[in-house]
Amino acid sequence: MRELFAGRGAQPIAGAVPAAILRADEALWVEAARSVHDTAGRLVSVWGARRGEDFAVLAAYEIVSGLFVVELPVAASHGRYAGLAGLFPAANRMQRALHDLLGVRADDTQDARPWLRHGGWREDEFPLRADFARSAPGSVEPDRYAFVRVDGDGVHEIPVGPIHAGVIEPGHFRFSVVGEKVLRLEEHLGYTHKGIDKRFESFAVADGHRLAGRISGDSTVAYAWAYSQAAEATLGLAAPPRAAWLRALLLERERIANHLGDLGALGNDGGFGFALAQFMRLKEDWLRATGDAFGHRYAMDAVVPGGVASDPGDAKLAHLAHDAHVLAREVRQLRRIFDEHSGLQDRFITAGRVTPELARRLGLVGLAGRASGQAFDLRVDHPIAPYDEIGVKKIVYVAGDVAARVHGRFDELFESLRLCEAIVERIPHGESRAQLPSAREGFGVGWIEGWRGPVMVALEAGDDGRIRRCHAHDPSWHNWPVLEHAVMGNIVPDFPLINKSFNLTYAGVDL
Amino acid sequence: MIPILLKIARSGIVSEPAPGQRDEWRAAEARIQDEILRMLGRALVIREVDAGSCNGCELEIHAMSGPRYNLEGLGIRFAASPRHADLLLVTGPVAINMREPLRIAYEAMPGPKLVVAVGDCGCNGGIFGESYASVGGVEKVIPVDVAVPGCPPPPVAILQGILTAISSRG
Repeated sequence: MRELFAGRGAQPIAGAVPAAILRADEALWVEAARSVHDTAGRLVSVWGARRGEDFAVLAAYEIVSGLFVVELPVAASHGRYAGLAGLFPAANRMQRALHDLLGVRADDTQDARPWLRHGGWREDEFPLRADFARSAPGSVEPDRYAFVRVDGDGVHEIPVGPIHAGVIEPGHFRFSVVGEKVLRLEEHLGYTHKGIDKRFESFAVADGHRLAGRISGDSTVAYAWAYSQAAEATLGLAAPPRAAWLRALLLERERIANHLGDLGALGNDGGFGFALAQFMRLKEDWLRATGDAFGHRYAMDAVVPGGVASDPGDAKLAHLAHDAHVLAREVRQLRRIFDEHSGLQDRFITAGRVTPELARRLGLVGLAGRASGQAFDLRVDHPIAPYDEIGVKKIVYVAGDVAARVHGRFDELFESLRLCEAIVERIPHGESRAQLPSAREGFGVGWIEGWRGPVMVALEAGDDGRIRRCHAHDPSWHNWPVLEHAVMGNIVPDFPLINKSFNLTYAGVDL
Repeated sequence: MIPILLKIARSGIVSEPAPGQRDEWRAAEARIQDEILRMLGRALVIREVDAGSCNGCELEIHAMSGPRYNLEGLGIRFAASPRHADLLLVTGPVAINMREPLRIAYEAMPGPKLVVAVGDCGCNGGIFGESYASVGGVEKVIPVDVAVPGCPPPPVAILQGILTAISSRG
């Protein structure tokens, strides 16, 4: 595929991620999208950027050989481009967000409702444009978001949020129900939009990992690593081998911490409080060990351009490997209890089902995708060091229900625990952080399989060492719309359970 | 059933007399209960509002509810409605789209309307600062009793912030 467009001007993008970029005109933009679609490629992200007085729209696709980026110039006077939502439904919200921020409109969409803009800035103001002058929020008009109405005998609406009942992020869910049965769910997100894309422009390339690591706190390692890959690509730098192994250790520890938390919460939402207490105990001890070895319970700011901020040393690493071994034994006991608990299984099995066909069509990604037969995992499909050396087992289920997402978490947890031990056993000695060379202009990408799914960062660096444009993409962009389908036909009380089984980020997509 | 009971018995009581083995907290634990009793009668009810955080602070607030910290043993619990809350625990820089919901939640609370802002972002906007989309710290929107720094602050620091808020209104 990459080779297919090589004759049409596709150029490899330097760096750790196998990637290429094609600078296209509108016809080639459309042809590339169709070729990717027809060869079972998948959309990763759509974003926009300034190009002098004009603009560019960029799309990143996952194809067999890696990440394929297509850039389409858009004249300011025209302000429109051929949208991708017809081929890749997940593009819809990304294109609406792109319009809210840059004022460039996809011409395929019937859905022109704003996504991130709830009225805090004017309709004719666009934060990512050079002439955008607003430095403080404006007054917000009352929210008049046009939800789709469901009519019929006995149909009523349940509005939920933006502030939810529990300790979770804000967003609005509009349920149309008959009795207890959900006919339709429509999400309205964007409540935590705090201007991250714009904020990146005030950061130096060498510091951007700190902001990237706070796009979605629960995935801080995945974002910081993806950002560092992109930054290193623009600088022509390769992190030392030991750094890659330490980064992988941190990424797997992040995956384990989140899976522990989710398994406890899923048990709890299934009416089994025992699970919450047990898994929270295990997670807390796990976080403390990360804090002891890396100086931060979630390893924020531990992954930096050039390597890792601190090296715990072999004695502490051996201790972490031992912890992993002990944790595996505890989780095996808990899994047996889950499996034999008929009440819990009754709640899990068939709830929130996404068939593999629906998952493929809507582009479900990551952990949830693998529970619906979408067998993609960057650590296996496009392995970078150290995954190319230690190997990762891909965990795939096809049932697509809450039970499959629970099984997937257990299996991935055990696999990540194995990886933690393997990393400590085989980690090379040497430096764990390289000096950054002097600034230079460039474009780089990062692409990391976070615990939720693939996280992507695209970075344009200026020759003054400043970030010119940085776009970070969360897998939740793809999975939120699928959640709307997953709850259809289920009962309202099962929504928290189904929602938790996806556990998507709001902050990561509101940006 | 037997495996569950065995697991519970073998896990034992993991709650720590002092979260994180911090000595300054050991003395504080008795004080927090005294303060809660003196000020509120029996217990402290918290409504948490994420006004735009990265969800890092939510992770630590969740962690604080875990068995190691024994929050309910201290008489503290979370409520779904601000109308049932003594204290609003607010995270994040206040995102423009959350400014009004946060204000409404505060208005809905009964007195004494204690407010604890959590994290560097809740203190002053943190890494996100103030912009077209970020109002900045929580006190820009509602009155704040105590602001707990940290990114994110660990559970013990959040608990200490809650204690400080209770005693500051004594």
